[in-house]
Amino acid sequence: MKHPLLPHPILTPMLAIVWLLLANSIAPGHLLLGLILGWAIPLFTLRFWPERVHIHRPMTLLRFLGVVMYDILVANIAVAALILGGSRTVKPAFVKVPLDLRSDLAISLLANTVSLTPGTVSAWLSPDRTRLIVHGLKVENPAALVAEIKCRYEAPLKEIFEPC
Amino acid sequence: MLDIILSILILIGAAFTFIGSLGLARLDDFYSRLHGPTKATTLGVGALLIASVVFFSTRGEGLSLQEILVTLFLFITAPVSAHLLAKAALHLRVRSLAPPPAETQDSFTDTRSRDTD
Repeated sequence: MKHPLLPHPILTPMLAIVWLLLANSIAPGHLLLGLILGWAIPLFTLRFWPERVHIHRPMTLLRFLGVVMYDILVANIAVAALILGGSRTVKPAFVKVPLDLRSDLAISLLANTVSLTPGTVSAWLSPDRTRLIVHGLKVENPAALVAEIKCRYEAPLKEIFEPC
Repeated sequence: MLDIILSILILIGAAFTFIGSLGLARLDDFYSRLHGPTKATTLGVGALLIASVVFFSTRGEGLSLQEILVTLFLFITAPVSAHLLAKAALHLRVRSLAPPPAETQDSFTDTRSRDTD
């Protein structure tokens, strides 16, 4: 059920927090201004966000963020080692990941996550949004890479945003 | 003690940022070069920002958390620009060490309408 005055209940506190961080202060005036902005911006950008976001499993989201943070750390070190090793150690390849996700937000988050984590950059999304082409820097076993992306990142995102 | 921690953080940050940029020169094809700036620099900038938080929060003027926003925007924008660069490169058929999938090569005309909405 879409409330006309509060179309995105999650976006409002997030924008307020971003405003407080920008102002670097938690004075009541800034808090009020942040809440007003958080209320007004979703209202004026409603056409840009047609779907209302539901987070079904907040705990899964937190665990997912933890996993991603850890992977970013590992990815950085692994990619740094590959770069220092020079071009002989890399084995680039494109792999095709079939997507189970349907919503735009979940697909963008998956593509973003893939780009931030171990040796992979999302390169291309098929027009019907069923396949994501991923470029890997060192791919020994394409099938294993696809399976890892699907169970490590896609499965939790599906649970969070699109439970059956 | 604090100075040592700050120095270590800044050195780690500088080292990773340097390695990320080095990737641009050392790797062989366009797609591999994309990996350097999207990843190695994330940790580099992250370490520098942690150093910044620690430095400004211990000066007695209260907690400074603006750096979280830098991290947030970086995590949102870096993958998006990498994705767009990769997509443009696939369309332009930039030389690649790995054979690009056939379906990506002639898709521009029929995806154009979807991409703008």
